[in-house]
Amino acid sequence: MSDVWIVVAVVGVFTWFLKAAGPVFLGRRALAPRLQPVVALLAPVMLAALVTTQTFGGDGEVTVDARLPGVAAAALAIWRGAPVVAAMVIAAVVTGAVRLLG
Amino acid sequence: MTAEQSPPARLRDGVRAALPLVLGPVFFGISFGVFAEAAGFSAAAAVTMSATTFAGSAQFAAASVLHAGGTLAAAIAAAVFLNARYAAMSVTVASIVPGGRLRRLLGSQLLVDESWALSGRSGRFQWPILAGAGLLLYVLWVSSTALGTVVGGLLEDPNALGLDAAFAALFLALAFPYLRERRALQAAALAAAITLVLTPVSPAGVPIVAASSACLLGLRR
Repeated sequence: MSDVWIVVAVVGVFTWFLKAAGPVFLGRRALAPRLQPVVALLAPVMLAALVTTQTFGGDGEVTVDARLPGVAAAALAIWRGAPVVAAMVIAAVVTGAVRLLG
Repeated sequence: MTAEQSPPARLRDGVRAALPLVLGPVFFGISFGVFAEAAGFSAAAAVTMSATTFAGSAQFAAASVLHAGGTLAAAIAAAVFLNARYAAMSVTVASIVPGGRLRRLLGSQLLVDESWALSGRSGRFQWPILAGAGLLLYVLWVSSTALGTVVGGLLEDPNALGLDAAFAALFLALAFPYLRERRALQAAALAAAITLVLTPVSPAGVPIVAASSACLLGLRR
């Protein structure tokens, strides 16, 4: 089995259990109150890490290239209330244009 | 408005509630198909992942780590950590998913960010809304992924178009609603810093997993 299929299978099974955790395993019991703020921070933390690697990541080094102006333009658009699709198009167009000119 | 005054929600109400949101998941699904293709997924693997995992950002995370040459364990950990929020969300709807154990296991798979948010809009979680919205989003997600693998196969080098930056923008847009909260903003900044520091000195994927430790800021009072 290739690496890709192993990831598909393992992530799939883990996700089934995570989604079913409440209805199937916990019933009406709640998550430990102390852990709730930690779990709540997981999504923004993971997404921030993904933004960082997707913007600056390279072959084992931090690189500043055409992606940065694209992501910066998208950040401005998101902050001004642009929908997700518009932000993605802006990032792609700006980065593509900088690469074309550079 | 109290629950007594409104008629009980039906599956079709959930479908209708999700209609204004369909553009996002469709575009996102096509993007995942394209990105997965670029990350070395076969079309079958990409569609299977959408059908079984049904959680966009985690699927992107796994593909992103593999794309960067990261290890299996790092790809799995990044996706699972990103989906950990579903455990918390599923607890909030634990009492509304109907049926026996198996039906509850299957029904709870319709839980995604959007269906969860829609189902709780009235102030208490309603199963028909969650199920109707979840079903519509599921069908769109799987079919748009399939479409994306076809589109992706036609592109020579998706990165030349600036698609890599588009995915960074996507993650940023997904993160943005959380960042209004001060604690989340601090944790996100810490995570970004950890990622930057570790990127030159560790294998691909590891920085993302290590950055997840930033959520321990949640333990602070």
